[in-house]
Amino acid sequence: MKKRLSRFALGGYAGLVIAYLFVPIAVMVVFSFNKPRGRRNYEWNRFSLDAWKDPFKYENLRSAFVNSLEIGLIVTVIAAVIGTVMAVALVKYRFRGKGFLNTLIVMPLTMPEVVLGFSLLNLFVLVDQQRGLLTIVIAHVMFCVSYVATTVKARIRGFNWQLEEAAADLGATPWRTFRKVTFPIIAPGVFAAALLTFALSLDDFTITYFVSGRERTFPIEVWTEKQFPPQINVFGTLILLAATVLSVAGVLASRRQTARSMK
Amino acid sequence: MAVEAKVGEVIPRRRSIPWLLAAPALVWLLVFFAIPMVLLGRESLRSGGLANYGDVFSGYGEVFRRTFWYALLATLLCMILGYPLAYFIAMRARRARNVLLALVVLPFFTTYLIRTISWVILLSENGPVPKFLRSLDLLGDSSSIIGTTPAVVGALAYNFLPFMVLPIYVSLEKIDRRLLEAGPDLYASNWRTFRKVTLPLSLPGVFAGSLLTFIPAAGDFVNSTFVGGTTTTMIGNVVAENFDSPGLRPEMSAISFVLMGIILVGVLIYARLLGTEELG
Repeated sequence: MKKRLSRFALGGYAGLVIAYLFVPIAVMVVFSFNKPRGRRNYEWNRFSLDAWKDPFKYENLRSAFVNSLEIGLIVTVIAAVIGTVMAVALVKYRFRGKGFLNTLIVMPLTMPEVVLGFSLLNLFVLVDQQRGLLTIVIAHVMFCVSYVATTVKARIRGFNWQLEEAAADLGATPWRTFRKVTFPIIAPGVFAAALLTFALSLDDFTITYFVSGRERTFPIEVWTEKQFPPQINVFGTLILLAATVLSVAGVLASRRQTARSMK
Repeated sequence: MAVEAKVGEVIPRRRSIPWLLAAPALVWLLVFFAIPMVLLGRESLRSGGLANYGDVFSGYGEVFRRTFWYALLATLLCMILGYPLAYFIAMRARRARNVLLALVVLPFFTTYLIRTISWVILLSENGPVPKFLRSLDLLGDSSSIIGTTPAVVGALAYNFLPFMVLPIYVSLEKIDRRLLEAGPDLYASNWRTFRKVTLPLSLPGVFAGSLLTFIPAAGDFVNSTFVGGTTTTMIGNVVAENFDSPGLRPEMSAISFVLMGIILVGVLIYARLLGTEELG
């Protein structure tokens, strides 16, 4: 009886913490249907679909959102490629200097973002580099590479790389070996890392704040305007929906893969 | 092959191969992470030398104290909220496990700033939380939540909670279940089994989670800007407000180094306390 009670209490507490995680999210979604009295969407006035019917009402908000998507795509491609090849080098080969590389890739993840952003700003000022799209991409790739390398490393550890040699011994060309052996091994990890990179780039505020100059990403626009029309909540809700769909698809895909490998 | 490689590992045919693969990312990290750090150190000593650091301590001692106090409180709050949740997911949830993990992560795919703005709505003068607390007489009519220490600490804890939950979950999930059965078999109470077996084995997760919460919380300025007030300024706010005035850059660089220095010392002390140095 006592045991059941303690189980119940633990489950209830866990439920409350999950609820705490979702309250602000619920607020975001609900307030996307608000018709605010003033320009600030802080107080509930009345239900309306206005923001959903006209999400691009504010040109600067729309262009900032498009900017963020573009930056996210460029950053994802660069970071996924260079992070993955580094991860492959670190997992596949035994060589001197590995420890140094392993330390270097986790270092940026252990620093406060303000420091990363400010140190980059300082670099750009010293070399007289105008801040804008280019500097934002540089900064995002810098911290995303660490995430990609760490994620991919974790996913491909323990694989027997001598299989590649076996393929070559059996007469496969390097390209065929890559397509049939190497790529299928690293693909799930790279895909997960790419999604993470895109999400991180889209969401980054702190580092971008220091290096963006006059360029506006979505978070920077939200910060600078300091007026929060419900359109912001519409964009936020859409991002959340996209993330939900992708993670459900990811779970289903990995289930199918497990099922296939069980056969 | 002269040297035996570990299972799965390969000795490169030419020594340059792994370095060539690593080169693009390596160069990127050196040029845009390592070198900027060195330059920041140099900048912190410009036009004043070490005296810049003295200025930082005398001018911003109070802000630093507040920053680390907030970060510490937020980390503790995350532990109190996160450990039982991680324990429940790892030990009790069974089939619902993946769904619960997804629920923990999902809110964090919403833009950071929007999440924080939601807290402004919830906590503002006439927002739902103060109204609710007033109806229970837990909050005076003239007092508010927004702009206070609990508001900032609560929002910080909220924003970094998954970083606490996930590492603890991973370390709990790894525990060999037979060890947990051995406790009751030897007539230890559940509480004693938890204290002597489960908790020590999950400390690496608690350690990692604390760092992942404490470090970003100590550098944050978004939460204190939105839900804080004039009395809740954190050190990140100082850097964020002054970064673009060239005259203040040496001082802001010194602040960055003091921030990193204190974090490093704190992490080392914490590692010693938990006895997890080998985690490195």
